[in-house]
Amino acid sequence: MARDSGIWQNSFIFISVDFNFSLRPKIKRQQLQQRQGTKTGKKKKMHSFGYRANALLTFAVTILALMCAIASLSDNLNTPSPSAQIEILNINWFQKQPHGNDEVSLTLNITADLQSLFTWNTKQLFIFVAAEYETPKNALNQVSLWDAIIPAKEFAKFSIHTSNKYRFIDQGHNLRSKEFNLTLHWHVMPKTGKMFANKIVMSGYRLPEDYR
Amino acid sequence: MGWIGESIESVKSMKIRDSLFQFITLGMIVSSALIIWKGLMCITGSESPVVVVLSESMEPGFQRGDILFLQMSKDPIRTGEIVVFNIQGRDIPIVHRVIEVHEQRQSGEVRILTKGDNNDVDDRMLYAQGQFWLKQEHIMGRAVGFLPYVGWATIIMTEKPIIKYILIGALGLLVITSKD
Repeated sequence: MARDSGIWQNSFIFISVDFNFSLRPKIKRQQLQQRQGTKTGKKKKMHSFGYRANALLTFAVTILALMCAIASLSDNLNTPSPSAQIEILNINWFQKQPHGNDEVSLTLNITADLQSLFTWNTKQLFIFVAAEYETPKNALNQVSLWDAIIPAKEFAKFSIHTSNKYRFIDQGHNLRSKEFNLTLHWHVMPKTGKMFANKIVMSGYRLPEDYR
Repeated sequence: MGWIGESIESVKSMKIRDSLFQFITLGMIVSSALIIWKGLMCITGSESPVVVVLSESMEPGFQRGDILFLQMSKDPIRTGEIVVFNIQGRDIPIVHRVIEVHEQRQSGEVRILTKGDNNDVDDRMLYAQGQFWLKQEHIMGRAVGFLPYVGWATIIMTEKPIIKYILIGALGLLVITSKD
């Protein structure tokens, strides 16, 4: 993202938009003057291509912005009722790395029905499973294990077996017989407007006591 | 002769008054645009409340040319949030998703790891030399809203500055000819 020059580009866009909006009352005032008869007596090109194009553009942009806002607001009418279950099928291995951090590899069975989250304004659903636990040093640890993109409603009801896509590494060696929660998060990415996110927390999982 | 002098006087004074009026109107437009921009910065709490997506690392969710609306609150960063952050030594901010969070008990400090949705590996390669985690202070804002395609204007103006000059010229022309 162009940051420094971006500020200037953005200001420029603002200025040109602002200008377009402020030009319309000026045109009306001039039309009024024209009818009353002005002192200069010059013939002004009131119905030129430039003015018409400007008015049309301003109107089009306003309506477009309004439609995007309404589309985004319509997402609030949706009341979702998602459900999910995650089962740990197997602990593949559980080791201490050379640097001293614990690492564990799991195979999970993830079943979910997220169809009710889709609205007509939804582009895709980004879901991921994260493990949450605490350690003596850290009040909260969240490690993302797996994620997926659901592009349409038909794919939102699924059940998959998978090993963790991302490595489950602790900061330290605190994972032996650790209790942790598995959370399924989803991010609704709209076609336009506000993004929503929420999660389901499933608790009661536990890692084995010894390394294997 | 008197009335010629009078009419010339009136035309001149009107010309000065007109051009002053135009100048002030232009100044008001520029200042109101700046006010809106700074106001947005205050409301959202982010240095840059609107950013344009430049890379394809977040596809298919965010394509090049989309606009993101950012917000920054004091709430701690959690996994899954889409954040915009700066790396030392790089001037372009990056928009990626948080995949790991470790919050320290004592200091409340948060260590963050990010990854682009379309990338295969996490962002450790992108961080500065010797930096393995991001901290809350590196984050400029969280993405809360999104508008497709609108950012192309900014991208085009950055990559082909000649279009910027043409647009400025056209707008300037419109200002001058509008009162004429």
